[in-house]
Amino acid sequence: MSYTWAQEYKPGNGLTQWLDEKLPLPRFVFNAVGAGYPVPRNLNYMWNFGVLAGFCLVLQIVTGVILAMHYAANAGVAFDSVEHIMRDVNWGWMMRYAHANGASAFFVVVYLHIFRGFFYSSYKAPREMIWLLGVTIFLLMMATAFMGYVLPWGQMSFWGAKVITGLFGAIPLVGEPIQIWLLGGFAPDNAALNRFFSLHFLLPFVIAGVIILHIWALHIPGSSNPTGVEVKTESDTVPFHPYYTAKDGFGLGIFLLIYCAILFFAPNALGHPDNYIPANPLSTPAHIVPEWYFYPFYAILRAFTYDFFFIPAKLMGVLAMFGSILVWFFLPWLDTSPVRSGHYRPLFRKFFWFGLIPTMAVLFYCGGAPAAEPYVMISQLASIYYFAHFLIILPLVSSIEKPEPLPFSITEGVLGKDESAVLNAQPTAA
Amino acid sequence: MVRLFGPLVGLFFAVALLWSFGNGAYTAIKEPAAETAEHAFHLLPKDIKFASDGAFGKFDKAQLQRGFQVYKEVCSTCHSLKHVAFRDLAALGYSEAEVKAIAKQWGAKQPTFDVKSGERGERDNIASDHFPTVYYAGQGVPPDLSLITKARHDGGAYVASLLTGYQEQPAELLKKFPDAKTPDGLYYNPYFANLNLSMPAPIAGDGQVTYSDGTKATVDQMATDVSAFLIWTAEPKLDKRKQTGWAVLGFLLVATVLAYLAKKNIWADKH
Repeated sequence: MSYTWAQEYKPGNGLTQWLDEKLPLPRFVFNAVGAGYPVPRNLNYMWNFGVLAGFCLVLQIVTGVILAMHYAANAGVAFDSVEHIMRDVNWGWMMRYAHANGASAFFVVVYLHIFRGFFYSSYKAPREMIWLLGVTIFLLMMATAFMGYVLPWGQMSFWGAKVITGLFGAIPLVGEPIQIWLLGGFAPDNAALNRFFSLHFLLPFVIAGVIILHIWALHIPGSSNPTGVEVKTESDTVPFHPYYTAKDGFGLGIFLLIYCAILFFAPNALGHPDNYIPANPLSTPAHIVPEWYFYPFYAILRAFTYDFFFIPAKLMGVLAMFGSILVWFFLPWLDTSPVRSGHYRPLFRKFFWFGLIPTMAVLFYCGGAPAAEPYVMISQLASIYYFAHFLIILPLVSSIEKPEPLPFSITEGVLGKDESAVLNAQPTAA
Repeated sequence: MVRLFGPLVGLFFAVALLWSFGNGAYTAIKEPAAETAEHAFHLLPKDIKFASDGAFGKFDKAQLQRGFQVYKEVCSTCHSLKHVAFRDLAALGYSEAEVKAIAKQWGAKQPTFDVKSGERGERDNIASDHFPTVYYAGQGVPPDLSLITKARHDGGAYVASLLTGYQEQPAELLKKFPDAKTPDGLYYNPYFANLNLSMPAPIAGDGQVTYSDGTKATVDQMATDVSAFLIWTAEPKLDKRKQTGWAVLGFLLVATVLAYLAKKNIWADKH
């Protein structure tokens, strides 16, 4: 499961030796994220975001567990209990702002992690399973974040819950019963709030479990790298510790600087003012919008405005919104180019930078805008490109593109051509 | 299989979207959406600065006390402040005795219920009480103001603009939108989302409040002061938050520089 040259764990003293015989946890950590895990030497800063995402999960669990000690999941008092945390709980305002902005930070780093995967085709063999587990984590994150946003029981919490659970009502025949079953009533109320709180507490630990599988699957082929060329010799790798622990430490510092600047100086900038109005089932907000990290998918949902033959517009929107993420599951088989890295794929690169990235930006903007023209028509065109990019353009590009020449090895990519490295090249024991 | 069905699924979504796009474009050309009075005459809040703005901004306690006086003498007749307790007023610079006196003399009382006799009654407020609920018998439901500046975009400036924004409905508006005449019992204010609200101008003219610190009580002054006070009620921990923020950023900056140097040192032999 690792390279032959991976360092072996050696217990330093009697205690660790005893521990290594009974429960080799230090050995496990050493091999997972310590000196025992050889990693390509050429990873750039886009490879920082996996560790940062893990940090965000821990941050969310710690702040969330503390908030749960003071929060009351009851439709009558939930809003007031959040204000109690903000005003009367020692450092409660910091815990809540850290948690609310922590969700945003989590999505920022996960989006960068995912788009790193898109550009460097990290999903390709032999790493398909890592990718599938990653998309699963993202779906779980979306569910967790959505339910967390309902908990303060403000106007956007309530109406967001109503809109999103209403999506299930679009399913033919069984839609309405499913919606009522999910909510525990005909509209979001105490039953819904209670189960959302319960699941919001549970799902992060499910995510933690899937992350363990994600990292386990990662350790079988080892990390990918910006050239997309597989590791050939020991000179292609460095031990994770201290090289990448140091690099990730610096990345974590930069991340925390930005995160804390928002947390302490603009903590409500990413939220919606309406969520400081208590939930009122009789008063619909002028514009119901989800949190910013769902904007692109919300734009796709709202892009379907006319029934398509016998399929109602709403159902089409729901299918497309879920489809827009489910399509990521199939990427390893849609993109058939043997070359991984976008650096060596001229045509793919153009579609990535001038197609996918602007499309995501446009969908993001339209998702936050009111459901009116011209935003709806713009998001329709952007959604067309979105689906075409993954389902039509990627397979086509893979078959017609002529990739640029790849370096012989990672070391060559970093240090230039080195004859001795070529001579010493041996197959890996991956 | 994926390569066969993938493009088909892509085409399916693309065609359905084109269908929506075509229909939408046709409707947009045939029946363009009519402009509404709200769209044409609504104004964004004025550019009003507060002492608490910005990364270095701090509350001006004298202003908060003036704002509290405006709230007490004007707003509190109809609007409650249920998330704020009398004891919180100590943060505005009032002494413990002053806070107790403010609570005791507060007009609206705390409701009581004697579980033995079943009698309902009232008692004076004490410092640990939250501001009592205000029951309003008139038209409309006056919102609780505790969080109002966080519940509106650009909240402080919005409240101040709204308070000073009352005016006659412009003739131009009625000419363009004859149906948009302000209904009886409502008042025209371009800073309100739908232009007409049921609250009459609460600050009617200069000198409505007599400030104890000698500040001249113009309409603008009172509006800005009470908005500053409502920024405080919505975010009482603002000063502490920013203070903590600078300490945290300072620490992180040093830690990040050290982390960078450590990283550079460790990688020195690899590049």
